[in-house]
Amino acid sequence: MSNAKARSIVEFDELDRAIINRLQDGFPLASNPFDVVAAELGCSAPALINRLQRLIATGAATRFGPFFDAEALGGAFCLCAMAVPQDRFDAVTQTVNDRPEVAHNYERDHELNMWFVLATETPEEITRVANGIEEETGIQVLRFPKLEEYFIGFKVMA
Amino acid sequence: MTLLDPTNRELIAATEAGLPLDAQPYARIAEQIGLSEREVIEQLAALKARGIIRRIALAPNHYLLGMTANGMTVWDVDDTLVSDLGRRIGALPFVTHCYRRPRAMPVWPFNLFAMVHGSDRTEVEAKRQELSALLGPACRQSDVLYSKRILKKTGLRLSRNEG
Repeated sequence: MSNAKARSIVEFDELDRAIINRLQDGFPLASNPFDVVAAELGCSAPALINRLQRLIATGAATRFGPFFDAEALGGAFCLCAMAVPQDRFDAVTQTVNDRPEVAHNYERDHELNMWFVLATETPEEITRVANGIEEETGIQVLRFPKLEEYFIGFKVMA
Repeated sequence: MTLLDPTNRELIAATEAGLPLDAQPYARIAEQIGLSEREVIEQLAALKARGIIRRIALAPNHYLLGMTANGMTVWDVDDTLVSDLGRRIGALPFVTHCYRRPRAMPVWPFNLFAMVHGSDRTEVEAKRQELSALLGPACRQSDVLYSKRILKKTGLRLSRNEG
């Protein structure tokens, strides 16, 4: 796990920061896991739970729980890119986003200006959906499946 | 989904939105799906050992923490060196999602993708220079693609997930 220093744009006190930093490293699989973490942080378990509720309620944290490796769950995934003409951008966005297999889609600053991830049950479905988008839009869908992952872990220091 | 038995699937369904913020979160999940707390802890530990659960943790909001700029840096790296260099880049503090992907010639000569986060584009550019220095002559050319807009973003789902 490695650290990146963030310049916070919301106000946290020292305990909030300690909680954000500590809980990115992992959470114990034990009967009273908050006791374990609270002891490390020098606060009480109810105080920790209370802070955590607030961090989630204010949007400072987006999620607390298990992170699943989607591929280990058996699905197929593929990053795709298209060069969409500006005057057709909204219509093509609609066509692409209408597919439930499109998990997320970003406009990027490049000739290849639309980047989306296809998530399906099988690799065959990736081909079917990408071909379908090509037929519907007349625009080539470049496919960039993951060949190797160099995952270490990212941590934002609050 | 074939890799999971029904209990695993129930457990994943019960936890994918997050853990209950309760003093005994695993006991609360156990009540929901009719297992004992001990069974829930053991099953979660087994899923973690299999790599299906990467970790149990808090996901901070990068934007609210001030990390507002992100650039997808892409690199055309010598095929014989890319795995080793990719691992070194993936280990850097400001890099998430570092992958080797196929090129799409002639329009796309890049085979290494590294998402770089920073508080602004100047910071992302400085990090990009660091990556460039690390890759050295093994990298023939590079580019960076900044996101302009999120067009669609769906949450974590059992069958449809981020890749």
